[in-house]
Amino acid sequence: MGSLIVCENMWKIYRVGDVEVQALREINLSIDRGEFVAVMGTSGSGKSTLMNILGCLDQPTRGRYQLDGMDVGTAKPDLLAELRNRQIGFVFQSFNLIPRTSALENAQLPLLYRGDPLKEQRKQAAAALQRVGLSGREQHYPSQLSGGQQQRVAIARALVGTPSLLFADEPTGNLDTASSREILDILAELNREDGITIILVTHEPDIAAYAARELVMKDGKIVQDVRRVAHLSVVR
Amino acid sequence: MLGFMLLTVMTALRVLSRNRLRAGLTMLGIVIGVGAVIAMVSIGQGARAAVQAQVASMGTNVIIIMPGSTTVSGVRGGQGGAVTLTVSDAADLKKRSPLLSDTGWARREVIQIVNGNRNWNGPVNGISPSYLTIRDWSFVSGGAFTQADMDAAARVALIGQTTLENLFDPSEEAIGATIRIKNVPFQIVGVLAPKGQSAQGSDQDDVLFIPFTTAERKVFGSQFLGSVGALFASTEQSADLPEAVEHVREVLRGRHRLQSEQADDFTIRTQVDIGKVQESTGQTLTVMLFAIASVSLLVGGIGIMNILLVSVTERTREIGVRMAVGAKRVHILMQFLIEAVTLSLVGGVIGVMVGIIGARLTTAIAGWPTIISLDSIVGACIFSLAVGLFFGLYPANKAARLNPIDALRYE
Repeated sequence: MGSLIVCENMWKIYRVGDVEVQALREINLSIDRGEFVAVMGTSGSGKSTLMNILGCLDQPTRGRYQLDGMDVGTAKPDLLAELRNRQIGFVFQSFNLIPRTSALENAQLPLLYRGDPLKEQRKQAAAALQRVGLSGREQHYPSQLSGGQQQRVAIARALVGTPSLLFADEPTGNLDTASSREILDILAELNREDGITIILVTHEPDIAAYAARELVMKDGKIVQDVRRVAHLSVVR
Repeated sequence: MLGFMLLTVMTALRVLSRNRLRAGLTMLGIVIGVGAVIAMVSIGQGARAAVQAQVASMGTNVIIIMPGSTTVSGVRGGQGGAVTLTVSDAADLKKRSPLLSDTGWARREVIQIVNGNRNWNGPVNGISPSYLTIRDWSFVSGGAFTQADMDAAARVALIGQTTLENLFDPSEEAIGATIRIKNVPFQIVGVLAPKGQSAQGSDQDDVLFIPFTTAERKVFGSQFLGSVGALFASTEQSADLPEAVEHVREVLRGRHRLQSEQADDFTIRTQVDIGKVQESTGQTLTVMLFAIASVSLLVGGIGIMNILLVSVTERTREIGVRMAVGAKRVHILMQFLIEAVTLSLVGGVIGVMVGIIGARLTTAIAGWPTIISLDSIVGACIFSLAVGLFFGLYPANKAARLNPIDALRYE
């Protein structure tokens, strides 16, 4: 089996008026199944753009991006939606739960667009919530949950469709230290036990330390790519 | 897809119930539009039914033949100006036209009628007995006079409700009473059942019927014997009417010795003609209704479109999230279309209820007849659904075309 993610000479160029912005330059990257990768870099370094493209939310201007053997660069919007639905889970800094909608329904969301039977959807969503330790809070609204709990609902939503790839964009940016630890522990566990590939975008080194591989971006380029023994593996 | 639809409808209802005031105000245009249509259609149909009843009160399958106009030194005398129709015309028509089930005749004049110390200036109608059956008159008490009365020029009379009220005390017994017309005493033998207004708006109950022969010889007098005010004929079936009319025209032209280039010296009318006039009035009403409905539903639709555009903007992030977890464009499109249709359909249903209440109130307060038809209710619902679809399409499409990244970043 080949790598899950393969990028070859990938560029992303925006045009703002007459000015050309090279958000990504000559990205060559390969990520295997089951890896836990941290992407670091200052704001404007291109890490968000990279995540958008890897997450099939955007497409590269030039070069090639293959996800699980599928060419994403030339895919139509509906195929991208399908890929996001089946292959990818997102966890955002600001949780991005749908307001005034129960935790269960939030977690159920990706399955809704697959068209599985509703009963089956609810069962899986409940299981996902249980997985992140939120049993009994299925009917709570996001506004009734703490930040950490909201982020756990978001993780449940990301993993409910059993994706092979999970993106976490500054997942602990809005959380206190204790909640941050919980969230990172859950991510690490998903990586270790379910073999889900995790790409964690952060600018905090101690959070990046959870990952076994660290990419550092600067001015749209990957300037550093190191593999090491992950922090958590040492602790446990 | 079914599960998606179901959940989306539930979500739409929840979104609407969350913003009840807003949803209510948005739906108001549709509610008023549909309500107005339902109420006015029911009033229109009630009026039409009343008109149909009036036309039917003329009697069924009736042909009325009126004398035509004369032209004296180039001055045309108008309808009924000539005295061209006679009793023998009627008799001959019956003999020669198998399509006619019966013929009758009448001649009427407005004369003072006296009962004791009361008097009433009303129409006195000298008729053949067959006239009563053709025009479908029935009796409250007593009965019609007979052919024998006709032959003997008997002094008997049938009294209509309006004439009765004007000549008699409510406590007074009319049957057997004697009234006088031009000092000729008449005995009342029958009281007619009320018919109400004619299609032309005249009071059909303001009438006193006496035998034609009696009228001719003892009351009206006559330029020449047997001349009538109008002939009446009836057919068994209304489908026979057009053919019967042609036959009547042919027979009368022959009897009146009219050359082919000469115009008819009589006018033939049927209920069908009268009904047609009423129908065209009804059509005008329908067109006006449609115009009003279109305007209010248009306004209502624009209201829905407006609020949906606001909703799309407000929920941009939600749309972004939905797209990120795999919603295709069609899913987002459906979601907002369903919301639009839910708004317009709920508005339509409330509008139907408002319309029904409005129609009931109209009947209760103004006393107008109203008929609420299932057709108009179903039509209104379908139309409001269409309004929702049409005006929801633009906002829904706008939502579906959002770029997921921009939508996710939207503050």
